[in-house]
Amino acid sequence: MLNINDLHVDLEEEDKSILKGLSLDIEAGAVHAIMGPNGSGKSTLSYVLSGKDGYEVTGGTATLDGQNLLEMEPEERAAAGLFLAFQYPVEIPGVGNMTFLRTAVNAQRKARGQEEMSATDFLKMVRAKAKELKIDADMLKRPVNVGFSGGEKKRNEILQMAVLEPRMCILDETDSGLDVDAMKLVAEGVNALRSKDRGFLVITHYQRLLDHIKPDVVHIMADGRIVKTGGPELALEVENNGYADILAEVA
Amino acid sequence: MAALQENQSLTEARLAQVPPQGAGWANTARGAALARVRAMGLPQRRDEYWKYTRPDSLVQVEAPKAALFDHDTGSVFEAGERLKIVFVDGVFDAVTSDDLAMEDVTIERLSEVTNTDIHWAKDVYGELEARGQNPVARPLAALNTGLASDGVVIHVRGRVSKPINLIYIHNSTGSDAILHHVIRLDPGTELTLMEDGPAAARLNMVLEVDVADGAKFHHVRSQGRDHERRAVTHVFARLGAASLFKSFTMTANGKLTRNECVIELTGDDAVAHVAGVAMGDGDFHHDDTVFITHDARACESRQVFKKVLRNGATGVFQGKILVKQIAQKTDGYQISQALMLDEDSQFLAKPELEIYADDVVCSHGSTSGAIDEEALFYMRARGVPKDIATDLLTLAFLAEAVEEVEDAALRAAINAQLEGWLLRRRG
Repeated sequence: MLNINDLHVDLEEEDKSILKGLSLDIEAGAVHAIMGPNGSGKSTLSYVLSGKDGYEVTGGTATLDGQNLLEMEPEERAAAGLFLAFQYPVEIPGVGNMTFLRTAVNAQRKARGQEEMSATDFLKMVRAKAKELKIDADMLKRPVNVGFSGGEKKRNEILQMAVLEPRMCILDETDSGLDVDAMKLVAEGVNALRSKDRGFLVITHYQRLLDHIKPDVVHIMADGRIVKTGGPELALEVENNGYADILAEVA
Repeated sequence: MAALQENQSLTEARLAQVPPQGAGWANTARGAALARVRAMGLPQRRDEYWKYTRPDSLVQVEAPKAALFDHDTGSVFEAGERLKIVFVDGVFDAVTSDDLAMEDVTIERLSEVTNTDIHWAKDVYGELEARGQNPVARPLAALNTGLASDGVVIHVRGRVSKPINLIYIHNSTGSDAILHHVIRLDPGTELTLMEDGPAAARLNMVLEVDVADGAKFHHVRSQGRDHERRAVTHVFARLGAASLFKSFTMTANGKLTRNECVIELTGDDAVAHVAGVAMGDGDFHHDDTVFITHDARACESRQVFKKVLRNGATGVFQGKILVKQIAQKTDGYQISQALMLDEDSQFLAKPELEIYADDVVCSHGSTSGAIDEEALFYMRARGVPKDIATDLLTLAFLAEAVEEVEDAALRAAINAQLEGWLLRRRG
């Protein structure tokens, strides 16, 4: 479903390579995890896939269901089914959470040639999904992420994911800044969305999130490429021995 | 010396226009106003108060021509019930105006009032304007008092059942309108006044509002969508104890606009809010100049001005809060912000605080910047196309000012106009 082949990416502002030949294939229904030390390029991968400015792709390909992601605008990638749960969800003063969600849903439906959702149906759907994530009506009314706690912001990301029903979800360090309870809640939200038609890429520093969102495949990333791939046991190895051993082993 | 002579001849040329004749009190008020103009001289480029805005086209004898804008779809405030008073090119239009009779309020034409020997308006007409000439001269307002031929004089005696809507139609390319309105609110009364439309090729408008103790005045204004019109407007308000004054102005387009607002808080616990949104695209110069004087205890004032500028448009803000020694417990707030939709536009701001009391809270801020790229990307990553996301962020930027309009229906009418303006400029 998501196929990345020999991806090379530089920072536009400075002459610096971040991704140096990264390849990764994620099939529908699977949960892949990427772990790696700081500066290995994990977040860059998520931004390049979702279309953020400031990166220059110098080689390789990235496709979602055969569509060339790298040639699409960010909103086209979203309509094609790509979703990035942000490490730092952005606060947008003055734009209501509900207005934002509804605009996003209807824009995606329009892009896919579907009819817009009625206000009533939309409200019903969002309320049901918000309830599962313990997001109250007040949070829905407030401006997007403004005044939200760290946990509320991440729950809001998962709510957006649940409402938009993407094909491919990328979670960028969703566990950062969360306490154990908040992490469980977020993980439950993600697990509820697991299905045979949907792929996940979970980016994380630590193994603990993977206790709650059980991956099928674990990749270790270092210096802009995948250096080792294995099963869930690889995450435990990182937890017990740190990255140094693994990196030494593949060097 | 040469400059002084030049200004004198300019002023004399403009004053060659003969003021309308009226009864004794009106002639006295007009004569005094024209004497003020002579003493002050009309504004020039080198005046500090006109540093950011060229006054030439507002001062010159002939109004510069302005093409009629035929895309206007009628009044912005069409939906609600209101009493309509229509001016075409600055002249009262009896045919399209409503009957001026309404309970708890007396509405008269300025020309009628100035012909009566005795009228309460003599205590307000030109009086608030004259008070507002100190410490900063506003000669174009005095010129207005001297020469205004039309306007309304409103005396509010109770809680008025529906808003009064002044509708200004621009119908002639060379029209030069001088309108002067006077409003007095008795203690404890309430009125909402809407103003709507470009008025003329060139408009000079003065509104004097005397708000007695405990009275509430709401002012919501839209200056039309004409591209070539020019306007200089002055709102002078005097606020009694525990009174409320709220004024909001929406400006879309217009070659040149200078909106001055001069407020004097003379009774304890009074509240004054002045807000504005201005949207300019291309040949657009918009200047908000505000002067609020706290001369009583525990009053609150807010200035909230937001501008959206593109294609070389210019925004100006000069805002002052003066807190006199007596005005302890003052709560003052001032914010002026511009959102630049490209790199060609400019925003010039001069925020000023002058405080002589020691127990006050006054905050002010001024910013100019572009659309928040992080927020834009976040929205696009959720599937919201760039143009829609930009519009949402622009409306969000304007929201703090629009929220100053208390009435939900009026607020919705304003937002609909802003959305339309943005929509027409997409892609």
